[in-house]
Amino acid sequence: MKISIERGALLKAVGQAQSVVERRNTIPILANVLIEAEGNEVSFRATDLDIEVVDKAPAQVERAGATTVSAVTLHEIVRKLPDGALVTLIDDSSAGRLTVEAGRSNFSLATLPKEDFPLMASSEYDTNFSAPAPVLRRLFDKSKFAISTEETRYYLNGVYLHVATGDSGQVLRCVATDGHRLARIDAPLPSGAEGMAGVIVPRKTVNELRKLLENDETAIAVSVSETKVRFATPEITLTSKVIDGTFPDYTRVIPQGNTRKLVVDAAEFAQAVDRVATVSSERSRAVKLSLDEDRLILSVNAPDSGAAEEELGVAYSDEKLEIGFNAKYLLEIAGQVDRENAVFLFNSSGDPTLMREGDDTSAVYVVMPMRV
Amino acid sequence: MWTRGSVNRPDFGYHRAIMPALCRDCLHQFQTGPRCPACRSPRIVSHPELFDLTIAHMDCDAFYASVEKRDNPALRDQPVIIGGGRRGVVSTACYIARIKGVRSAMPMFQALKLCPEAVVVKPRMAAYVEASRAIRAMMDDLTPSIEPLSLDEAFLDLAGTARLHHAPPAAMLARLTKRMQSELGLTGSIGLSHNKFLAKVASDLDKPRGFSVIGAAETAAFLHDKPVRLIWGVGQAMQAALDRAGIRTFADLLRWDRKDLHARFGAMGDRLWHLARGQDHRRVSAHAPMKSISNETTFFEDTSDPDLLDGHIWRLSEKVSDRAKARNLAGRVVTLKLKRANHTLLTRRTSLHDPTQFADRIYRTARDLFDQLANQGPYRLIGVGLSDISAETTADLTGDLLDPDAAKRGDAERAADRIRAKFGHDAILKGRALR
Repeated sequence: MKISIERGALLKAVGQAQSVVERRNTIPILANVLIEAEGNEVSFRATDLDIEVVDKAPAQVERAGATTVSAVTLHEIVRKLPDGALVTLIDDSSAGRLTVEAGRSNFSLATLPKEDFPLMASSEYDTNFSAPAPVLRRLFDKSKFAISTEETRYYLNGVYLHVATGDSGQVLRCVATDGHRLARIDAPLPSGAEGMAGVIVPRKTVNELRKLLENDETAIAVSVSETKVRFATPEITLTSKVIDGTFPDYTRVIPQGNTRKLVVDAAEFAQAVDRVATVSSERSRAVKLSLDEDRLILSVNAPDSGAAEEELGVAYSDEKLEIGFNAKYLLEIAGQVDRENAVFLFNSSGDPTLMREGDDTSAVYVVMPMRV
Repeated sequence: MWTRGSVNRPDFGYHRAIMPALCRDCLHQFQTGPRCPACRSPRIVSHPELFDLTIAHMDCDAFYASVEKRDNPALRDQPVIIGGGRRGVVSTACYIARIKGVRSAMPMFQALKLCPEAVVVKPRMAAYVEASRAIRAMMDDLTPSIEPLSLDEAFLDLAGTARLHHAPPAAMLARLTKRMQSELGLTGSIGLSHNKFLAKVASDLDKPRGFSVIGAAETAAFLHDKPVRLIWGVGQAMQAALDRAGIRTFADLLRWDRKDLHARFGAMGDRLWHLARGQDHRRVSAHAPMKSISNETTFFEDTSDPDLLDGHIWRLSEKVSDRAKARNLAGRVVTLKLKRANHTLLTRRTSLHDPTQFADRIYRTARDLFDQLANQGPYRLIGVGLSDISAETTADLTGDLLDPDAAKRGDAERAADRIRAKFGHDAILKGRALR
């Protein structure tokens, strides 16, 4: 194999591949990226056995072929090369080396045979549809903060992508929860997605997917089966196993009867929460919200370090209420509000609280209060 | 006549006539005699060092079972086993059941085979916590140096309290158990000695309703022929390692150099060297920094029965939670430990969002960890631990959206604790009526 490729294109392609590679792994071949050159295209393929990414880039292919080389090392080299450089990759399979040449730099990297590289078994997809990048970006960006990190509840370690019935018919929906907060985000159902089986997309896949969604103009081809999900742009194909588990019935978690309504400027609210939380150094910092007639008092009382209080003018006309929350959860949820006002709906100080933007029910958040 | 409280028979040259003695019924102090001169009770304790020793270990007698018998007098003369329905392991057995051979950690079916007439009672943790707090309050009256080990046992250091109480530590300890019995209807055994190790050993010598003394002068003679597994912390594994080194009794241990013990057993070797000489310099402290709380059990026979293992996970979780509650602590990391029949060790741990001290949460987390291990049994040992310890004020503050019942269970337990702390013992009856 011998190819020449522009440094920028190479960096982007290798960058995507190397982020899939697990930093600590015991199987040497999994640290490598599979480089395949044919026609006028080179592809970079990396896997951690759960996720596989293939990134194609245009290249001058002098001699077709394939080999594997350490993804991290190749990425580091390319990253350090000067912008605009033309990079030449020459595989000497008899010596087991890949030569990387750029200008006056010359590297020789150890390779492993391409036959050893594990390819993800191809499978049949039951549902195929196309969705604009901004739609998927909103679905996953707004829900992924609520993904659980508790390994024992592995079925919560991802975003539940499924078809549901929203206020105005069928929607494509993402739900994530860790038991303390929950995010439920809806988007109009793309044609072809009807009847899609619900899948739990793992956290790492969600993070990798994000890199495919940068460009607003891109249409993403989504394919879903019971065990796998695939997202593809013309250049990048991301295939991932889905979490083998049952996502809990989240509908009963979303409170329906919360009547006490608080309307607050989201940015102002988030800043105030952030400020008062400063005095507490505890891992779970509790912020108390005291609500009474268009007045919200945020307070933190940390016996060991100090106390803080801040008052905000808000819209609230229901019965007096005192309720506590983990400051971090409040900040994250308030951070999801794109427009001006966050609407909180409370029941009692012990019940889950609902948050949404205005009357928009396409993005709904639930957060569990904390005893204060 | 040598009295019950003295654990070692030989006479150390003290003249019996001048040996201090204490009546455990009327707390009268006198010189040796077979009965109390004041109330004629035979429940006396006498020992040459009786009024000089200050470190004590108080251990309640069959605590859970005793609380159940107290709250339900119909059970008084029946063998009672505490342990939960499908979780088929014995938590505690009352003394009547113990006569039949029932022991803690025994599988329930085995216990019921030994003692088919036993009444099996589900544990009521809230009631035990309440009883424990009441005992704790009584101990607080004696000394500020209390180190609770779990809900039902604690070390006490009464050094320097004699002047305050106008009574020596032994008398105050006898009064403590007397109060426990008259005010709470619960009995406990006291071990009194000159350090924690020996105090703990002593409290076990004369159960139930015991009062045992190990004096400084008799320490060496007392330990001489005792097996080393007497040492708290020497379990089966350590025992096996000691066996291989030819150490079975304290006398064997005494033959070893400190250096050699250290080389062979590390830090534990140093500790063994001191303990062999009856030395234990650990202080009684409620605030000793605790890094983790864990309990483990070795099975009578290796098992891979998931129901039985589940029962053990529950029982151990409860124990860990007990000890955390006794020290007002909570932990964020739950560890499950399993030892396979071939002695290879499996440990799995996971971090919770916020710290917990609830048996229920510890159990559920440990159980999830267990479920994630493919069955690699049979196992010979199982353990549950809690680490990343913090104060209980940070624990269990946020409920679980996906398990609303967990919050209810926690709230119920907490509320019950609070009400009882405020309104006292009688509130327990109300609590039971609500159950």
